[in-house]
Parts: sequence; structure tokens; C-alpha cells
Amino acid sequence: MWTLLQIELYKIFRRPRTYIAFVAITALITIVQLGLKVDGKEYAAFVMADLSNTLQIDGKIVNGYFVCYVLLQLLLVHVPLLIALIAADMISGEANMGTLRLMLTKPIGRTQFILAKFFAACIYTILLLIWLAILALFVSMLIFGTDDMFVLKNNYAVQIESADIFWRYAGAFCFACLAMITVAALGFFLSQFAENSIGPIVATMSVIIFFTILSTMSIPIFNLIKPYLFTTHMVAWKEFFDVKVNADNETIRGTIQRPDKLINSSLILLAHIVLFVGASIYVFKKKDVLS
Amino acid sequence: MLLLYQMKEIIQVTSLTKSFGTFKAVDDLSFTVNEGDVYGFLGQNGAGKSTTIRMLLTLIKPTSGDIKIFGQPLFSNRNEILKNIGAVIEKPDVYKYLSAYDNLKLFARLSGGKHDHHHLMNQLEMIGLAERARDKVKTFSQGMKQRLGIGIALVHDPQLIILDEPTNGLDPQGIADIRNLILRLSREMKKTIVVSSHLLNEIEQIATKVLIIDKGKKMVEGLAAELFDASQTIVEIETLNNDFVAQQLAGSYWKNNLQSQRNHKLVLKLDRKEIPQLHKDLIVMNAMLISLEPKHSLEDYFLQVTSGNQHVDAFTN
Repeated sequence: MWTLLQIELYKIFRRPRTYIAFVAITALITIVQLGLKVDGKEYAAFVMADLSNTLQIDGKIVNGYFVCYVLLQLLLVHVPLLIALIAADMISGEANMGTLRLMLTKPIGRTQFILAKFFAACIYTILLLIWLAILALFVSMLIFGTDDMFVLKNNYAVQIESADIFWRYAGAFCFACLAMITVAALGFFLSQFAENSIGPIVATMSVIIFFTILSTMSIPIFNLIKPYLFTTHMVAWKEFFDVKVNADNETIRGTIQRPDKLINSSLILLAHIVLFVGASIYVFKKKDVLS
Repeated sequence: MLLLYQMKEIIQVTSLTKSFGTFKAVDDLSFTVNEGDVYGFLGQNGAGKSTTIRMLLTLIKPTSGDIKIFGQPLFSNRNEILKNIGAVIEKPDVYKYLSAYDNLKLFARLSGGKHDHHHLMNQLEMIGLAERARDKVKTFSQGMKQRLGIGIALVHDPQLIILDEPTNGLDPQGIADIRNLILRLSREMKKTIVVSSHLLNEIEQIATKVLIIDKGKKMVEGLAAELFDASQTIVEIETLNNDFVAQQLAGSYWKNNLQSQRNHKLVLKLDRKEIPQLHKDLIVMNAMLISLEPKHSLEDYFLQVTSGNQHVDAFTN
């Protein structure tokens, strides 16, 4: 299994396509950081416009933590496409190249084969998010410095102390890994039904877009299914930035307002991963390789 | 003293059937491959050769029937059995973005074989790719890819080698190279080889045993030496006055040799040594001769047992 995983990783990282995602993320983050460096104050004034009449804010609003939050909000919507590029290609790409049949004539169990490929896709996903974290958090901290962070919610704002932020990002990135691995698992599952990469990549994105629309529309009939859609839970990383307050409306360090929501979302995403991977193994074991 | 030597059975296939919906791609097929055989698997395109070979490699699950390889049931001992098999299935598809060396190393590791530099370079030397070892496969010709595919099949030194249409898409030199490699593997390295083809000539030159299938069913199985009766040769004659020549032949010494007319050709079955005399007689008969082509009897056999005369061109180069 370890050899197989090493080989899968070797194949992933020898393909130029793999680096598209890393380049795309670097380019996007650089552009946003540049924009905020030049026009950050105007942007912050615009975002905080509603609060400026009631609050006087001292210190650096556009600091590294704030920039990272902005970047995550922007990018975590688009990262699934970059994940799908690799995950949805894992089986279909091999079928398309004709290497699937050669691989399967080797002494490797099909379950082992699927799991090695899925773990390789997970490692790619995690590395992509680590790269995202390095650029979005650490580079932003270097460029913009650190300070307390303001997070705007629907009808309130949260101020998080500088010393209370880092662990929240660690948690948010771990949660984002879970969410993106769910996307990888979906792409991976769909990858089995085609002999070219485009179909499963488009199908993965279509499912995500369709479910996201259902998740965000406030129509009562959709409310019944929303809790079961993985897209509803993919944005739960934001819960790390919603802090409990005491009777004086002061934030309590080290707390999350709705940890139950976070746990629930994590479990639902985990269930989706198990479901997609389990279904992948089941389908693949029964599959006749005709490519 | 009487020495009894029992051939070791490498592949035993019993009543193998594969259906795709209502279509039977392989129908109740049984055959045995013995140790050291070069087993020619012959049939037209779509006859069921590739489906059978894919079942031998566990890529396709049989609808019914039984496969034993090295004496063990295939599907319950899959990994153990596959460690000792090397295969090329139709096209030699490998990772085009990797070099020949990297592809070989990758598949050697997957097969559980040696993958040290010396061993890999020896393999590349054997298939004539040592000088291009570090070049990416996307720069290779079809023949080079085919040789690399065979190299990958051999890299872990398997006992059984399965080659599905190994000469597809190759030029004559490439075909000859593959043929020589197969003969070398059989004679010098004592490998058991199953090789499928729709080209009779190919099988005829290398196989020790032949199985002909058509529409998924076994038509003939036997030793190539028996199927190919060297004393009897089929001769096809094409003239501009076929009917006249047929009449002349029917009233001559050759009347018992005359077999039929097919594809506008007269077909005679005769001893190979008699061909020069036939040629002389045709000239005396005023035959307006276009061609006189000796064919092996196996080809005739092949045509008889498969779909017949109309496919004559499909089986010859």
C-alpha cells in the first residue's frame, strides 16, 4: 500500500497539470494582497461603513489576519475546481491514457488501488491548502502585520484579539481540508464513470454549483434537504471566527460560539467522504476494465 | 526404461463464458496452455480474443466458467498469480510524461520485481531502448512504445507472458523485431507465452500451439506443426481467363488438386514440390497468369473454421 501510494504521488507531482492549481492560487493571492496593500484602507472603510457611525476603531483593520479571512472567503469557493482537476482525473485519466488496464494487471488489489489513489488525492488537497495557508496567512502577516481582527457577521461584528486568532486559523484550515477532501471524494467517485477527465471534472463542479444554489436559496422546500447537502457544511470554517461573549458583551478568549455546529458539519462531511469512497470501491471492484 | 514426462499446465480454462447484456463475447471456451508453449490465439477482430485475455488478467470478470493459472484458481489467488505474469494488452499505453526508465522502474516496483539501476538498464538494453532511457515516452515512435510495453511486461521476470495483438500498428521492421523477441523469450529464456493476433502469418511463425476462435467459440485447438501440414500447400492462382483455365485444369493431371474458386482465384491443394510443374503446365494451357501464390494449409484451415472466404484479406499481410 505504501509503495502504491508513493507511486501515485510520484505520478501526480510529475504531471505539469498538478502545478496549475498552485500557480493559480499564488496568482490570485498575490493580486488580492497587492490590491489590499495599495487600497486596503478604502476597502476596509467600505466594508465597515455600517459600523463607522457607532464604533470608533483604532489600530490596523487591514492586518494579516483580516487579509487572510478575506482571501479564504474568496478562494474557498474556487478551490474545489482546482481540487476537481486532479481528483476527477485519478481514474478517468488513467482510463483515457490506457494505463488503467496495465496498472490492474499488476499484483495490486482493487481496493488497495482505489484507496492509494484516494489518499494521494487527499495529500494533494492538503498540500494545496498548506500552500494556500502559507501565502494567505503567513505572507499576509509579513506584509500587513498583525493586530486584532474584525469579522463582520450578518447583523453584528466580532472583534477577536490578536493572541486569540492563530489557533482559529489552524482550525479553519483543518476544516477546509475536510471540506476539500469531500470535493476530492466526489470527483474521485465520478471519475470512475468516464474514460476522459473533462466529464468528471465538469460533473463535479456541476454538482457543487447545483448544491450550493440549493444551500443558499431560502425556499422552504429546499430547507428540508439543506442539512444533508455537503455544500451547506463546507462554509462552516467560519464558525471558528464566531466567538462567545460574556454578560458585558465582551468576547471570551478561546471559545467558539457554536462548536456543536462545527462538529455536526465535520461529521456530515466525513460521512460524505466515507460514502463516496465506499461507493467508489464498490463500483470499481465490480467494474470490467474495457478501456 | 520408459520415461514419462507430464507437461505442466500453466493455464487451464474451462467453459469460460462472458456476456455483455445479451451478447456473448466468449462462449463456453476451454483450452490449456502448457509450460514452454508459445500459444497462438487466433481469430478475427471481435472474435473474443481480447475479452478472453482480459479475463486471464482479471480485468474482466467471467459470467461463468473457471480459470486456473499455475494450478490455482485465478480470482481467489489473483495477486499471487499476477506476480508471475507480464502482459501487453492491445496498445502499449504507458505514462507519456515519464521517461522510459521511469516507466520501467514504476512498473517494476508495482510488480514486486527488482528495480535497481543495473537491472533496469539491462532490460532497456534488451528491448533496444537503452540510449533513449531518459527520454519522455511522448517522443517515442509506436514501435518504441511497443518495445517498452514488452519491457514492462518482462521487467519482473515473469513465468507467463501474455501479449494481446503485440504487432498492432507496427511497420514490418517493428513486427520482425517483436517476433524475434518472442522467439528469444521462448527459446532462450524458456518463458510460456500466450500471443493473440488476427494475423495468421504472425502466429504461424512463432506459435507451437494454436487456438482459433470465432464469435467467442473455440473452433480448433492443436499443435501448430499438426495444423500446418507442410506436405500440402494451398496455391491460389489468379488469371485473366479463370474459367478457361479451370476447365483446362479439370481435364488435366491437376483435376484432383483443384479445390474451389474464391475471390476470383483458383485454389489448388498440392505438394509444395509440384508447384514448378504446375507453373509450367499453366503456361502450356495458355493461362493468362497474373499471380501464383502458395499459401499454407493453416490459412485455409483458418478460413474454413472462421467466417469463410470473404475475409481472406483480413488474415494475410
